[in-house]
Amino acid sequence: MSDATLFGLCGAALVGIGLYGLITNPEPLRKILAFNLLGSGVFLVFGFISRRAAADGFPGDPVPQAMVITAIVVAFAATALAIALVQRLLEQTGRATLSSDEPVSADKSNS
Amino acid sequence: MSDATTSGGILLVLAIVLPAAGVLLSLVAGGRQVERIALILLPSNLIVASVIFADLWRSGRQLVYIVGDWQPPLGITLRADGLSAAMMLTTAVVICVIGMFAHADFDSRAQPLETREPFVFWVMLMGIGCAMNLIFLGGDLFTLYVALELLTFAAVPLVCLDGRAETIQAALRYLLFALLGSILYLVGTALLYGSYATLDIVLLSQRVRMETATLVAAVLMTVGLLAKTALFPLHLWLPPAHAGAPASASAVLSAVVVKGSFFLVVRLWFGVMPGMLGFAGAQLIGALGAGAIIFGSVVALQQKRLKLLIAYSTVAQIGYLFLMFPLAFDPVSAQLKSGGALTGGMLLAMSHATAKAAMFMAAGLIYAGLGHDRVAELGGAARALPMTMFAFAIGGVCLIGLPPSGGFLAKWLLLDAAVASGQWPWVLVMLAGGLFTSGYMFIVLSRAYQSPSEPVKLRVAVPKYREAAVLTLAVLSLLLGLVALGPVDVLQVRPGATMAVLR
Repeated sequence: MSDATLFGLCGAALVGIGLYGLITNPEPLRKILAFNLLGSGVFLVFGFISRRAAADGFPGDPVPQAMVITAIVVAFAATALAIALVQRLLEQTGRATLSSDEPVSADKSNS
Repeated sequence: MSDATTSGGILLVLAIVLPAAGVLLSLVAGGRQVERIALILLPSNLIVASVIFADLWRSGRQLVYIVGDWQPPLGITLRADGLSAAMMLTTAVVICVIGMFAHADFDSRAQPLETREPFVFWVMLMGIGCAMNLIFLGGDLFTLYVALELLTFAAVPLVCLDGRAETIQAALRYLLFALLGSILYLVGTALLYGSYATLDIVLLSQRVRMETATLVAAVLMTVGLLAKTALFPLHLWLPPAHAGAPASASAVLSAVVVKGSFFLVVRLWFGVMPGMLGFAGAQLIGALGAGAIIFGSVVALQQKRLKLLIAYSTVAQIGYLFLMFPLAFDPVSAQLKSGGALTGGMLLAMSHATAKAAMFMAAGLIYAGLGHDRVAELGGAARALPMTMFAFAIGGVCLIGLPPSGGFLAKWLLLDAAVASGQWPWVLVMLAGGLFTSGYMFIVLSRAYQSPSEPVKLRVAVPKYREAAVLTLAVLSLLLGLVALGPVDVLQVRPGATMAVLR
């Protein structure tokens, strides 16, 4: 198994773990962490694709690398926004949870 | 094959750069000036969109701009075909009128110092304008991903503008759904790039083959986009988010923002891979749409609050949009045909945008005037706010699909496609949906037009220009059925390359 394949498989595993965490965890902070795990998995997959698509003596295809940098910035901004919302929720209600009067997060895990 | 920048291509850049410049300028100029900036930039955005639409209508050719003269697959192309020009014009009009309407709520010069709510509202409104234009014009799947994220980041703060705990919760739930959706979309783009070494829509549509990786990518992207569009059963985030926001924000979210990810689903399946969906896939998407219509309508019928009722009606109307997939499917060539069904679906999206924005703004005025939006206690609202209730009723006429509204023409085209292809079950679903819609509209209107035991006193005076803004959009949704008889064929202007694949 080549290094690139190993990276690809790691990425796939991270995507799986992250997706599971994002769907099953009821707590927003854990959901955000799971989203980051999922994102890291996707970035690794991009790295794998960059390596696999390399040609003409390049060690890697630069296009997926450029994309992944953009995606990292976007994921960073998304995390910051989500954390800010969680923090504001915590300040106002004393607890940061998505399930208040209606059992929405219970439904969410099914969908 | 290589595209070249067409004359007027620079307009496409302008459509994206103008609102973005507005956002940046607002950050520099400070919160008190932001409304002034927005009220200059949103109309100029409308002018640009109109010029693009007129150009397309006159010449019948799409507009192309190659950024920096770098050809795809490496470069980024902006393209305006019929679908994007028409959608862009509709969103520009809706955003502009919402801007007029929002002046009273978000007057950035009302306070001596910069305040958070007006500042955030106007900046995010321009941000949504920018993101929507990028979604309509973006020519490759990664640019569209960035646009999709831009749209989410601009839409989430609008949900929790007033900063109450339940709206923050709704915003957080929306954000998490949206992030899951966009990351699934990103996985799809990675897989597609891995298979075909390009993300340009036209190039992809020529290279795409039926294989496992492509199918997985397409499914992941579609599921992600459906979560963002709030198609049943991924709609859970929508009603609290749209009903909790201030009226102007709800109008943008419900009328404009959900159309962004919907447009990408259309781009993906009709533009990139019309031959991939297959009979079963098309039927499945249609079934989800039917589920949305039935579920959304039934829940809307039970709502006690006007804004929640309208939000659930959005869930139902989103279902209608997805009915065009089974109807556009041509069993002979096993491809999605961009004929009457596609035109009908897009027209429905446009008339829903205008009608729903009008209804949410009307609900906002009713809430401001009466101090509540409980459906059971609306009696006398029509006498106190005649113009608003009339606009609300017209919006309802468009949603039900009565002639001559845009909704009528759209549903006519869809029904026509259903009958032509002999798909009777979808006809039943559409008719049942229309019946349900008339049901909840009747509940609201019959209450509002009842004479109350004592005359309703408005808590605050409702300015005439706000009522006029609501009525403008409502009348537009009504006239869309007539006007669209002329430029409706503009929707068929497509990239030459995909034309060969499609026809």
